[in-house]
Amino acid sequence: MEILDEGEGELLAWYDPDEHRKWIAQKPRDLRDKRMTIKEAVSKFVHDGDYIAMGGFGHIRVSMAAIYEIIRQKKRNLTMAGKTAVHDSDILIASGCVNKIEVAYAFGHELRGLSPASRRTVETGKCKVVAEWSNAAFQWRFLAAAMGLPFIPTRVLLGTDTFKKSSAKIVKDPFSGKPICLVPACFPDVVFMHVHRCDIYGNAQIDGIIVEDFELARAAKRLIITTEEIIDHEKIREEPWKTVIPYFLVDAVVEIPYGAHPCNMPYLYYFDEEHIGEWLRLSRTEEGVQEYLDKYVYGVETFEEYLELVGGIKKLNYLKRLEKLREKLYAPWIGGNSK
Amino acid sequence: MSEVKYSTIELMACVAARILEDRKSVFVGTGLPMIAAMLAQRTHAPNLLIVFEAGGIGPQIPVLPISVGDSRTFYKAVSASSMHDVMMLAQTGWLDYGFLGAAQIDMYGNINTTVIGPWEKPKVRLPGSGGANDVGSLCNRTIILMRQDARRFVERVNYITTPGYLTGPGAREKAGLPEGTGPYRVITQLGVYEFDEETKRMKLLSVHPGVTIDDIRANSQFEIIIPEEVSTTKPPTKEELKILHEIDPTGIVLRK
Repeated sequence: MEILDEGEGELLAWYDPDEHRKWIAQKPRDLRDKRMTIKEAVSKFVHDGDYIAMGGFGHIRVSMAAIYEIIRQKKRNLTMAGKTAVHDSDILIASGCVNKIEVAYAFGHELRGLSPASRRTVETGKCKVVAEWSNAAFQWRFLAAAMGLPFIPTRVLLGTDTFKKSSAKIVKDPFSGKPICLVPACFPDVVFMHVHRCDIYGNAQIDGIIVEDFELARAAKRLIITTEEIIDHEKIREEPWKTVIPYFLVDAVVEIPYGAHPCNMPYLYYFDEEHIGEWLRLSRTEEGVQEYLDKYVYGVETFEEYLELVGGIKKLNYLKRLEKLREKLYAPWIGGNSK
Repeated sequence: MSEVKYSTIELMACVAARILEDRKSVFVGTGLPMIAAMLAQRTHAPNLLIVFEAGGIGPQIPVLPISVGDSRTFYKAVSASSMHDVMMLAQTGWLDYGFLGAAQIDMYGNINTTVIGPWEKPKVRLPGSGGANDVGSLCNRTIILMRQDARRFVERVNYITTPGYLTGPGAREKAGLPEGTGPYRVITQLGVYEFDEETKRMKLLSVHPGVTIDDIRANSQFEIIIPEEVSTTKPPTKEELKILHEIDPTGIVLRK
């Protein structure tokens, strides 16, 4: 194939598919009880310098319990997949855990405005953007990895600076003769996903949109599932069509109810706009970032303590009513921070 | 002229909604596009198929979602699917309209949402493409909603995040983008623009009530094609305004 153009972004988390097959070869195939605490999971599976990706989307179904634990354990020099990374990347970058990011979407909180903390680190050079992508391009990188392929052809990025700053290549398609963009596979070192339920082996069900978790789970070298609840293995076998992630892809299972707070867990609880607003307000300054982390991350031992601190059962019940549309969202500060 | 009082944000939402045709599909982003699509569905386009990038397909959106992935985007949907599914639909040509915002735009409708200043050393770092490059590459007709001033309507964008007509006629096809796609309308607080058939340059379609051609010119670095006859944008009706505030009762977007 004739190469027409090459992006100048850094190629990361890419392996020759045969290399990846060797990794897969040593993974266990049997059912094992993988339950552990989030503290154990982060300490065992996250290493300094790892390439990390989070399941979910923006503020939806993100494993925040894992994010807080990564910060608490002071992991360093992580590279983040900025695949619609919003609150997760903002707080990981602000806390000094992440110093490199590939960006499809980052540094923003959608309607809530831009992220003061992570923008500041990029504008001052403390965190480096190493490549740019679009959302489709990034998730197709996971699809290529999940398929055991070196790349996948797409019709996005063409003609733009987003391509120039990516690590994609444009070639002449041998079938149509037209230019087509090849996005390289992305095999993250470690991925965290928050799900509605799974069994002790990691067979996981997700309610609502799956976003790109089907592909990402299959692209990950190590996958940690945090879950709202653990259910009987027999329940999985009764409705096997509901399994989005089969157990053998999973390295650890951590049961953490409300583990996505302050994010939205579809059908269970809505965004905690008060808490997100507090972060956006505090993170305008370095001191504010420290104050937030001291209070909500370093200052608590367990996720239950954190939940108490953010408003306890009263707040959680309110978020449940919001999700079920039994309460109107009142959050006048949304948009005030907007550009 | 109507006596109805309205804000420019409300006017922009109405203009965007009216462009969307019934029995067509639209790829919707955060904020104003959501309101516009919901308004269209509740007025002239009840059969409008709304699609969100995170996987929401054909929802009956109850109230304004805050994110393009939150649970409101697949409330009573026909399918709660995946990004891969939605992006495949876009790439195969199922999505007729797509909405975009922009920090900067040039005369060919090329859009920057990545960076102000040099990419290596940004003056302002913006969120990047998100799904914008995908929408601008793959949807049949792209509608851009943005604020207009001389810093945003620029001779050259700092960085092309999302393709417009690139360098002019034929450039999209030459780059390998799907045939017959590209920017369709630009809606700002001053007017509505289309793209000239021949040159693919931005061309004024209508000015909002009270806006002059001089205002249009003064708020752009590049020369906008001004046709001999320019119409005035029809202001929002009482009914449209009522529905807008049902969609966004606390003014999350409309208050801006």
